Amino acid sequence: MYVAVKGGEKAIDAAHAQLRRERRGRLDVPELTTEQIASQLKLSVDRVMTEASLYCPSLAALTVKQAMGDLQEAVFLLRAYRTTLPRFGSSEPVDTSSMRVSRRISATWKDLPGGQILGSTFDYTHRLLDRSLAGEGESTLPPAPDKGEGICVKGLPRAMSALGTEGLLEAVPEASSDTAADLTRRPLVLPADGPEDRPVRLQTLARADEGFLLGMAYSTQRGFGAVHPFTGELRRGFVELVITPEELDFPIVAGEIEMTECDTVSRYTGTAMPPCLTRGYGLVFGNNERKAISMSIVDRALRAKELKEPETGPAQNPEFVLLHGDNVDASGFVQHIKLPHYVDFQAELSLIRELRAAKQEDSPARGERSC
Amino acid sequence: MLTLQQDSLRSGEKEKMPLEGYNFAYLDESTKRMIRRGLLKAVAVPGYQVPFAGREMPMPCGWGTGGIQVTASVIGEEDVLKVIDQGSDDTTNAVSIRRFFASTTGVKTTTHTAEATIIQTRHRIPEHPLTEQQILVYQVPLPEPLRWLEPSEKETRTLHALEEYGLMNVKIYEDIMRHGAIAMSFDYPVRVNGRYIMSPSPIPRFDNPKMHQCPALQLFGAGREKRLYAIPPYTDVKSLDFEDYPFEVQHWDEPCALCGARHTYLDEVVLDDTGKRMFVCSDSDACAENRARQGMTEVSHD
Repeated sequence: MYVAVKGGEKAIDAAHAQLRRERRGRLDVPELTTEQIASQLKLSVDRVMTEASLYCPSLAALTVKQAMGDLQEAVFLLRAYRTTLPRFGSSEPVDTSSMRVSRRISATWKDLPGGQILGSTFDYTHRLLDRSLAGEGESTLPPAPDKGEGICVKGLPRAMSALGTEGLLEAVPEASSDTAADLTRRPLVLPADGPEDRPVRLQTLARADEGFLLGMAYSTQRGFGAVHPFTGELRRGFVELVITPEELDFPIVAGEIEMTECDTVSRYTGTAMPPCLTRGYGLVFGNNERKAISMSIVDRALRAKELKEPETGPAQNPEFVLLHGDNVDASGFVQHIKLPHYVDFQAELSLIRELRAAKQEDSPARGERSC
Repeated sequence: MLTLQQDSLRSGEKEKMPLEGYNFAYLDESTKRMIRRGLLKAVAVPGYQVPFAGREMPMPCGWGTGGIQVTASVIGEEDVLKVIDQGSDDTTNAVSIRRFFASTTGVKTTTHTAEATIIQTRHRIPEHPLTEQQILVYQVPLPEPLRWLEPSEKETRTLHALEEYGLMNVKIYEDIMRHGAIAMSFDYPVRVNGRYIMSPSPIPRFDNPKMHQCPALQLFGAGREKRLYAIPPYTDVKSLDFEDYPFEVQHWDEPCALCGARHTYLDEVVLDDTGKRMFVCSDSDACAENRARQGMTEVSHD
């Protein structure tokens, strides 16, 4: 009996209905609120905002809920919404030096102006199950400090300024223009391997998949590309977003957003410059140190051509890194092989049959191994 | 119809917007203009891949976001849209895309090739000959025909610019040496207007000759790779081959089991687990039309 692929409309409707029921889960368990997600699954929300390039905790929480906790799907939902938003204008460059800091560490100096501020971190926790979280009711919370949660120091000097004027650290390059190119409005132009391409590279890295960047950064540490980074400074806190609206000629503060910033330094081992320290930079929304550190290492690795270093690893190849790190692109394309390919498969089948028939005609006596 | 500079958000027409909160055909007008500018360039340089700032669409990359963006940029209220995937209007993704445009534009949709003004397709060209009044929009996964021979985009763009296609000739030569034939069954590269080598998208090579001197405008959109390209009406499109190994299309020993057509592209349908199979038209509209013409009854879909 011939069963055509008909009834696509009905199947789609039924599939959507089933998905909605599954998303809700067991009905005797209360439904999650987006407030709960935004406040108790904050790191998921932060990751979604970063990779979607849209800072909005409430919408990001909604996407996490709608995607049933699949963060890449959530990123995709938020991106698809972002692309429909109008552009009111550009903010002034965010001044992370005047960040209201809740955590700030340097791995290069034991102590430094402003001090080390440990803040909240998983770093020194022992990864033992906290069974009190699995119980009914509230788990007991440690008392809040007198000064309120978080230290939030403002105007901390930058750790790397401690290297002073000795010239050990490469200078921060001058911005080539006042306005950064918008990757979502202008396609990436390759090779993107010059110093003037660094803003667009950083933009691409900030949106890139955290796991991909982590793997890329890790590969340089294991020898596929020479970056031997130190964490010069890692800071997390709140920065003001300043805009100068067209109708006003003075800047106004639109609000505060949380960001994590990472400055890594690594010794220059090439021959194009005198011995010195070079920098890599990472900046992401919310609290995400893994992503910020990975980004800064990969940023540094991608400067191989500019710094005349031998390119020995994939992390040093801008085309490889920039074109393959976007999880909305990658997830779509990898999974599109679920879509019907009857026509192409049929074409392959008939080609294989033709080629086999031709081979048999050529050498019928040789009794080739059949497979 | 390709309506340039069409502003579908004319005042007083807002209440006709079928999907609340979104512009006609989803994309904002400045994005559509950006894409149409890219398309104009693509039409002016047939077969050349024009970079464009592809947007995230509410469907995943790989599901036809390039074609969808092209359709969204050229569609107007008067258009009649047909969407096919694997030649059929009823495959799930074709249904999904047709619904998307029905809900974001409210335009009339059809399954009949002859009725459509815009046909968005994945992997096939309709069997019914196209006309000057029609636009065929292809969904393209990998726009670069040289990609399997040279992974770097920087390099392939240079090769196109220099018209340096030796790699491709060597590939075809090696196929013939190894297999006695050109071993490409779909996405078979073509030369457009005697200049650029172009990927026809993963259509079977059976469909390649339909591109040659086609009266309809053919537009190609690759969303993830952010490239547009085009074949203007009545343009020479030649499938690559050698004089002594000419290009050939697929053919089947048996006709379509449903309509009896002998010169259409056939899908192989497995009937049971003893290997019994039948061959039926991949173009479901052409097949149904054929059957209607012969007074045959509609095939049950249940």
